[in-house]
Amino acid sequence: MTSTMIVLIAGLVVVLTAVYISWRAGRLDRMHIRLELAHEALEAALMRRRAVVLELAGSRLLDPATSLVLAAAAHEARMAGPEEREHAESDLSGALRAAVDQERFTEKLSESPGGQVLLEELGAAVAKVVYSRRFYNSAVGVTRTAQRRWLARVLRLAGHTEYPQFFEIDDNPPATMATE
Amino acid sequence: MKVGIVCPYSWDMPGGVKQHIDDLAQALIAQEHDVSVIAPAADDEELPPYVTGAGRAIPVPYNGSVARMSFGFISAARVRRWVRDGRFDVLHIHEPLVPSLGVLACWAAKGPIVATFHASWTRSRAIAVAEPLLRSALEKLSGRIAVSDAARKSLVEQFGGDTVLIPNGVTVSRYAHAEPLDGWGPDGATLGFLGRMDEERKGLPILLDAFKPLAAERPGLKLLIAGPGDAKDVYDRVPKALHDRVTVLGQVSEADKIRAYHSVDVFCAPNTRGESFGIVLAEAMASGATVLASDIPAFRRVLGDGQAGALFTNGDPASLAREAAALLDAPERRAKLAEEALVAVGKYDWSTVARDVVRVYETVTASGVGGVEEDL
Repeated sequence: MTSTMIVLIAGLVVVLTAVYISWRAGRLDRMHIRLELAHEALEAALMRRRAVVLELAGSRLLDPATSLVLAAAAHEARMAGPEEREHAESDLSGALRAAVDQERFTEKLSESPGGQVLLEELGAAVAKVVYSRRFYNSAVGVTRTAQRRWLARVLRLAGHTEYPQFFEIDDNPPATMATE
Repeated sequence: MKVGIVCPYSWDMPGGVKQHIDDLAQALIAQEHDVSVIAPAADDEELPPYVTGAGRAIPVPYNGSVARMSFGFISAARVRRWVRDGRFDVLHIHEPLVPSLGVLACWAAKGPIVATFHASWTRSRAIAVAEPLLRSALEKLSGRIAVSDAARKSLVEQFGGDTVLIPNGVTVSRYAHAEPLDGWGPDGATLGFLGRMDEERKGLPILLDAFKPLAAERPGLKLLIAGPGDAKDVYDRVPKALHDRVTVLGQVSEADKIRAYHSVDVFCAPNTRGESFGIVLAEAMASGATVLASDIPAFRRVLGDGQAGALFTNGDPASLAREAAALLDAPERRAKLAEEALVAVGKYDWSTVARDVVRVYETVTASGVGGVEEDL
């Protein structure tokens, strides 16, 4: 084998490796973008749920005790620091179940003026928390696997992005709003 | 919302996925969304106004069966143009793991993409070989929907990640009115069954075992069976004397299926397990039939713990016979249950299913990144 051949082959290997690495880096980058979007969607859904619960609590359509339970849970969720967020949002799910699963709750609420609209908004907000969290955690799982790959670790393809964390809460909807 | 829906299978062939897409598209249109469907179809084929043809479908063996699908340069170019011209807010791909328009659309588009998985599989060779390719298509999806627990399990086990579950719907109004089959009709002495006759978990043997003592006590009692399978297996399980009281229709058309639901007094669903959602049960309920079902969790839920239909102990022919006899003797109770069933099945109407699908669309577009674009 001539030395020209060796140089050519070595050159080809270097080029192919570079192409492969840049493809892998691009793929990881797209994953991070999708993860970021999924995270924004999750935040939007959680915020929407807190807002609808607060609106329901302040609507004067409920008895004062139920209103207080809901308002307190939504407030706690809104004020919670990063460490307590998963707990606070889970508690909000629990408070919602306790309120909405009361006997004849949905019937009575839908009979009052404006009640039907609020119920529908609440149903949508609750479902979207379930959906957006599923999609977010799914994106976290896929991104984690990609970041842990040997090549990604050695070449630090993920750059300065943090190792993504799952968002684990109890988001089971009230029985009358069950989606699955 | 502007929604682009991708159908992998030929539009002129009846099938579950195609039916699902057509029902979904119509429900979305009824809710004033702007819907465009792309599907394999020959250029001279008559299509509904919301369907675009992507070229003739070719029968191909894939993953254990033969399906009619579109692929190749021409289809790829048409999908690309459809994505570019459609300016969709969200793209909804059905069966993205099938080598047809779904894969092409995944390749041609970027932005908010939702996919629905219909089929379940166990460690398929085809999918294992194509895994790296399919994985990069899956990585483009912002939201994943499975229509059943089985479909979800297959996907998650092979590719990881998670899905939301949104089951199939039933267009309740389609089942409301139909003439009973010729020579049949609710006469107070007709039991019905619909489903695969040769599949153990559909529970036909349990119903046949229950029919023997029932028929002995009630001289006029008849059993009407519809569904794919071998009629001989059924007759082998009942004594000769009862053969003329058991009628096996075999596989029936969609129209005759609805007429069959309208031909019976008590519709039996003796399924032993595995039903994540009883579509047959929901269809019978929408047809106004009185339902008697096994008490598996899925059926118990659909029937509101017995409010909208009677339940018997799963797998127990004696319990089935007892409950069926009680129903046959109580026409008022049958009417009451059928009335409740019609209310309960509203939850499974396509309008409700479409509402949940729209919530998924809204979730993946929530971060306001703009719509679907061509991926160059």
